[in-house]
Amino acid sequence: MTSSLLALDDLHVTFSTRRGLVEAVRGVTLSLGAGEMLGLVGESGSGKSVTGFAITRLLDAAGRITAGNIRFRGQDITRISGSDFRHLHGAAMAMIFQNPRAALNPIRAVGDQIADAITAHKRMPRDQARAQALELLRAVQIRDPEKRMSAYPHELSGGMCQRVMIAMAISCNPALLIADEPTTGLDVTTQKVVMDLLAGIAAERGMATILITHDLGLAARYCRRVVVMEQGRLVEEAEPLTLFRAPQHSYTKRLVAASPTATSRIADLVPEGERGREVAVQIARRSPTAPGTPPLLEVQKLAKRFDQGAPAVADFSMMISAGESVGLVGESGSGKSTTSRIICRLIDPSEGEIAFEGQSIGHIPARDFHRSPFRKDIQIVFQDPNDSLNPRFTAFDCIAHPLLRLGGMRPGDALRQRVEECAQRVGLEIALLTRFPHQLSGGQKARVGIARAIACRPRLLVLDEPTAALDVSVQAVVLQLLDRLRREDDLAFLFVSHDLNVVRMMCDRTIVLQNGRIVEQGESRAMFDNPKTAYTRELVEAVPHIEPELAVSVT
Amino acid sequence: MAAFGATVIRAGRRFLSSLPALFGVLVFTFLLMRVLPGDPAVFFASGPNAGKEEIEVIRKQMGLNKPVPEQLMLYLYDVGSGNLGRSMMTGQLVTKDLRERLPASLELTLTALLIALVSAVPLGVLAALRPGSIIDHGVRFFCALGVCVPTFVSGLLLIYVFYYLLGLAPDPTGRVDIFASLPPRRTGFLLIDFLLAGDFDGWWAAFRQLILPALSMALFVVAPLARITRASMLVSLGSDFVRTARSVGLPWWRVVVTYALRNAILPVITIAGIVFSTMLGANVLVEKVFSWPGVASYALDALLSSDYAPVQGFVLLMATVFVIVNLLVDILYGIADPRVTIG
Repeated sequence: MTSSLLALDDLHVTFSTRRGLVEAVRGVTLSLGAGEMLGLVGESGSGKSVTGFAITRLLDAAGRITAGNIRFRGQDITRISGSDFRHLHGAAMAMIFQNPRAALNPIRAVGDQIADAITAHKRMPRDQARAQALELLRAVQIRDPEKRMSAYPHELSGGMCQRVMIAMAISCNPALLIADEPTTGLDVTTQKVVMDLLAGIAAERGMATILITHDLGLAARYCRRVVVMEQGRLVEEAEPLTLFRAPQHSYTKRLVAASPTATSRIADLVPEGERGREVAVQIARRSPTAPGTPPLLEVQKLAKRFDQGAPAVADFSMMISAGESVGLVGESGSGKSTTSRIICRLIDPSEGEIAFEGQSIGHIPARDFHRSPFRKDIQIVFQDPNDSLNPRFTAFDCIAHPLLRLGGMRPGDALRQRVEECAQRVGLEIALLTRFPHQLSGGQKARVGIARAIACRPRLLVLDEPTAALDVSVQAVVLQLLDRLRREDDLAFLFVSHDLNVVRMMCDRTIVLQNGRIVEQGESRAMFDNPKTAYTRELVEAVPHIEPELAVSVT
Repeated sequence: MAAFGATVIRAGRRFLSSLPALFGVLVFTFLLMRVLPGDPAVFFASGPNAGKEEIEVIRKQMGLNKPVPEQLMLYLYDVGSGNLGRSMMTGQLVTKDLRERLPASLELTLTALLIALVSAVPLGVLAALRPGSIIDHGVRFFCALGVCVPTFVSGLLLIYVFYYLLGLAPDPTGRVDIFASLPPRRTGFLLIDFLLAGDFDGWWAAFRQLILPALSMALFVVAPLARITRASMLVSLGSDFVRTARSVGLPWWRVVVTYALRNAILPVITIAGIVFSTMLGANVLVEKVFSWPGVASYALDALLSSDYAPVQGFVLLMATVFVIVNLLVDILYGIADPRVTIG
């Protein structure tokens, strides 16, 4: 293919690590035409980002292209010198990175950074470069561009930082733009705005774009052609619709199934036969609640103010019955995490009443709540399975800890049995119990976190974005696990998430929060299919769907 | 402008909060001097065979016969009214002695710090640009050497080589040649005073006197500065924003200096402040070796002769300098890093 802008031929990238050479990319061949938008999809460790960095020669010092070549505009750029490559950087190919705030220089005004990018390739006086930078800020639709010129990255929101990053990347009109997870970590609504902007600019200026993402829906929405990578190899390449309707490769099939959509059910996420060994452990049944007993959790007019300023949460009332699953959704800053932490009594409310099984627990200071008998009834699963496990505790210690502190158990055979039983219930192999967190995979750590939370047989589990840090295929398994545990033990969930598709599957009822206030609540499916308020509709529409036509017909 | 105002407010608050610490230093030093063995009255009596009555008279003169709490109150009152007492050794007011000697110490320490920074930052940057290379190992070796050799040894070594063997340096006694004429005293910093007087020969002579002691002090602190520069430069070079700078094709020099080094320099500012305060107090060895008329050697002499007032005055001075240097670092940091003002 001589007409293509970019052509990779059997590309291999190897990293030298402490444990020897690791092949991150093993023979990738693909080509990209001018102005084309290509989706590069895969889970963590699939080599998709490494491919992007190899093309732009931004690999870490440890990474090296060991075989194959990269042709750009017909020229082999695999082995040209660094100083020659500098003239390509920015001018011919540019990159947009994940975590936009870290990608900008924290102590340099954003206007100056954009002007730096311009003057890197064009000789011009400083004020002319600044004038062009201002134009670029307008082009990426930043409000008050004159004011933002002298702003520092920490003064801007994540979405704004990403716009600045886009402005820098397009400053010299490159022919190729590589966007590496450009919207991961941004809210769905911001994600939509940023992606629309990016796609619009690319189309307008005729830039070829490679969108690297873990999100199939996102790739489907914006790309004509999607390639799927697994363990450093390309496994499938197709138009998004064909790819998602009739995936050919087994990995793609798994990935498509695991990606939650508007219509998927928990049981569909993981194909039968690939569920892994899950031991059904018989546990003593709870006595059914007698009619007339108060609801499991009742929250009345909860409010929380930090320092001065607008309250983080205001006038929040809700109820959860035993065995019910309630979702709490909203964008970052909507107060959903604050609310969930107040309910599991990690922080104190400013006002309001919390009752658990009819008994008021809102007045107990969070500092002393660990002594309350209700502590073991309300447990939490944290967002980040890496940071929420003590690195000096083995998996066994992690799960045993609540049993020792809250369950009143003593070290011994009974404890070991109980811990092993918990591990079995969450599908964690007993042999893994002696390992430390860094020796476990992300999914295994998530299981340890869940096992720790259910160890004392709580009645209410607060799940704070439990799968946000996991790959979709791992998320699928963890969601199934959680759902099974809930049904087995008549457990109630308060499920905090930004992913509407996940909440729709997991929760009977959902509460939508905006700026600390409830804007809408109701039965999950009905509410998302037919949102009553503009804000909920905006949220629902911002979710990228795998099947675009279907998504249109639903909303 | 708002950021600058915030920095000033922050600095003011920091200064106020350090006043109790200064007071604590004052009281603590006072009590410590009283607890240390040695009776100043005996020391300053006319001779080894002075009579008991004579010692008693001196003690009364010095106010040492009063109970310690009363002495402390009197002392605090004096300090409050700006009187640090009189040195028994020199017979002068401590404030006057310190005022005369502090510029000598400051000039020496500042020059040493400047030399250290000017050599340590490029060394650290070089080492960070090629970690694991010969340059990196060379810098590490040089730094280890600087730390291992005590300042008086390196000072003597420098004197041996540059004065005795090569004859390049003037004889290492004091700030100027005994026979040279001093410029009119304006700042107390000889290099500046000579410049103000337009006496360039004098300036050169003073500079030649200064360079060896400053070098031997600098050698000692190059290591921490170079190491911290290297470490923070490594972090900075590996950061996302340096990758961004490379991805838009900024010239190598600009990536290293404007993007990486300006961010990496922030912790170096903090360490430089701490290093400066430590050097100012701890350079007594260098001052002794080079017969430098600074405050540290003054305080040491006073301590050896149980001369209370100068030691207390010196400690108070050092504590004050420490507070001021920290304030300066704070303000510098606020200017260099736009993020701190919001915190």
